[in-house]
Amino acid sequence: MSLNRKDLLGLEHLDKKDLQTVLDSVKPFKSLFTRSVKKAPTLIGKTVVTLFYEPSTRTRTSFEIAAKRLSADVVNIAVNASSVVKGESLIDTGKTLEAMKADYIIIRHSLAGAPDILARNLNASIINAGDGFHEHPTQGLLDLYTMYEKKKKIEGLKVLLVGDILHSRVAKSNIWALTKMGAQVAVAGPPTLMPSKIEELGVKVYYNLDEAIKEADVVNILRIQLERQQENLFPSVHEYVELYQLTKDRLAKAKPNVLIMHPGPMNRGIEISSEVADSPNAVINEQVTNGIAVRMAVLYLLKPNKARKYASSN
Amino acid sequence: MRLQIKNIRIVDPSQKKDSVGDIFAENGRIVSKLSSSADKVIDGKNKIAVPGLIDVHSHLREPGQEGKETIKTGTRAAAKGGITSVLCMPNTKPAIDNAPTVEFILLKAQKEGIVNVFPVGCVTKSSAGEELSEIGVLKKAGIVAVSDDGSPVSNSQIMRRALEYTKMFKLPVISHSEDKELSKSGVMNESKNSMILGLRGIPKQAEEVMVARDIMLAELTGGYLHIAHVSTAGSVELVRQAKKKGIKVTAETCPHYFTLTDDVVRVYDANTKMNPPLREIKDVEAVKVGLADGTIDCIATDHAPHTAEEKNKEFDLAPFGIIGFETLLSLVLNELVDKKVLSLSGAIEKMTHNPALIFNLEGRGTLKEGAIADITIIDPKYSYEFTKESILSKSKNSPFIGRKFQGGAAITIVNGKIVYTAIRD
Repeated sequence: MSLNRKDLLGLEHLDKKDLQTVLDSVKPFKSLFTRSVKKAPTLIGKTVVTLFYEPSTRTRTSFEIAAKRLSADVVNIAVNASSVVKGESLIDTGKTLEAMKADYIIIRHSLAGAPDILARNLNASIINAGDGFHEHPTQGLLDLYTMYEKKKKIEGLKVLLVGDILHSRVAKSNIWALTKMGAQVAVAGPPTLMPSKIEELGVKVYYNLDEAIKEADVVNILRIQLERQQENLFPSVHEYVELYQLTKDRLAKAKPNVLIMHPGPMNRGIEISSEVADSPNAVINEQVTNGIAVRMAVLYLLKPNKARKYASSN
Repeated sequence: MRLQIKNIRIVDPSQKKDSVGDIFAENGRIVSKLSSSADKVIDGKNKIAVPGLIDVHSHLREPGQEGKETIKTGTRAAAKGGITSVLCMPNTKPAIDNAPTVEFILLKAQKEGIVNVFPVGCVTKSSAGEELSEIGVLKKAGIVAVSDDGSPVSNSQIMRRALEYTKMFKLPVISHSEDKELSKSGVMNESKNSMILGLRGIPKQAEEVMVARDIMLAELTGGYLHIAHVSTAGSVELVRQAKKKGIKVTAETCPHYFTLTDDVVRVYDANTKMNPPLREIKDVEAVKVGLADGTIDCIATDHAPHTAEEKNKEFDLAPFGIIGFETLLSLVLNELVDKKVLSLSGAIEKMTHNPALIFNLEGRGTLKEGAIADITIIDPKYSYEFTKESILSKSKNSPFIGRKFQGGAAITIVNGKIVYTAIRD
């Protein structure tokens, strides 16, 4: 099995068959976790570089563990974002890593499209670990897998994404994956945090969370970035909490077996109450576990140094 | 120098002329016949002679940013595109807000340039939007219009004063129509594409509210307003209504706004990043209608050179702008004339006669007897691929690299002298 491509830049570019391939590949990697030796020789002799222009311990560690469990050599590079502007260009950084024979470059960047630029210029496999407000494909895949694992299907599932959709790369990757797999996706949040034309991706838009939550099989809560208040995107944290926090009372309006997800890190007491975060409906820690298995599957399925597929995949 | 162009189709919108004949030029002027035999005879068979093209919106980057372009390289690129006159915007370093800078540009153009260069001065000192620049002094030094191009004049009171003050000089005030608060941090058109790409959008309204404001101020003051680089359906409609009301407003658009949509941004190529940004198909169509019905008077390039290093970056970090001199004529021919949006004469008018009228370029934009002999000879049969290697501009930031064209400049004549001849096999 393979994805027949060298890069994973976004889930927009994967079709239903590709997504199913990923889902089918995760389980064997996950079963490895329960063994005493949690390692497979799949990527022995391969070099994986994590190139993070934006801090993210969680995602970086998840990729690092995934690569190490596949026996790859892993190098972590944290770049101070300010050095981007004054220093070496992104392409030159990538070319340097390629000259050091990196097979996979996992990039996190605060600006959308940075992984695309690397993919266009390098032969190494580029994996997007989150770029600006664009996509976070492995998060989308791990969310998809978690839903698949818990609900045994994706088709027909009603999934609600709550919060700052405008600035969320996770929301975008979730929407691409879920709609392609036949789920019905809705988004809820204030209009100022809703990208214009979002409904053109086939999602239903709610401003009222109480209304939106009734139908949902899965509620994926997005982290609210507190600096957005300074940009006047909502009047106060207090008001946001009133309108959009997932509380026990709101949860009571949902289906009893509703799945609560959060890509983390959580602002407890802001977008989600502690009671809900720790409730039996929440699968937030399992998402983290699945994240490693999904990233192992992605590393396994991509084909580094394959002829560049970039142009044709867009 | 006595020049004869023999047996050529002459298209001169200023005289509503479209017929086959000869053109004569002597001592840099168009004449009805030469005083003695020609020094140079050009065979005009299968070619078209039009008045030299005037590009009313360009950036030559000199002084201050010679790494991107110079008067020398920029005017050569213009000549290759069939352009005989360029208006250059004042966002140089230093800005064109003082007479010595105007004089420097004119001197440099005379020494190293091969097409006519007409500087545009700043509306406000350093284009900072706070105090009017010495517009009268600049006019005396040789500017043909004022603009804070690259930035709007955000303060409505200052824009009002500019439109009032320039009336005594008959200088158009060029509006870079952009509400900076609405466009803040935006890097492309706000649309489905910006949402998918995760790039911050610039709504069309960022342009339109300023077009509307400036039209209202032109109405208030009776000043001469010229709207730069119109890119949206809404702006076209605002200008149309303003003209109906008799307000003194003219407008330009650029080839990319009638050719491309923001779909081309989809690969994060910064050569598709410009300001105003590429819009949507309904805007492209509206711009074409605006050209056809006369709402949009001029076609300009907004030639904005940037180095490869600057453009080969994350989309957000790359500067706005594309080069345009060398593709202007071919895009007009292929996208407007071949597709019957405009007649050949109608298209040429927007790059010759109309610019000359709006910016008071005496003796240009026409092939009438006595006019300055700026002539563009078009070869409609010339088919070519626009390659990076062929670009004469110092910068190569064009989204049209790789595009195939039919029709382009064969010979460019400025002040009666041949400054460019296409080398063909």
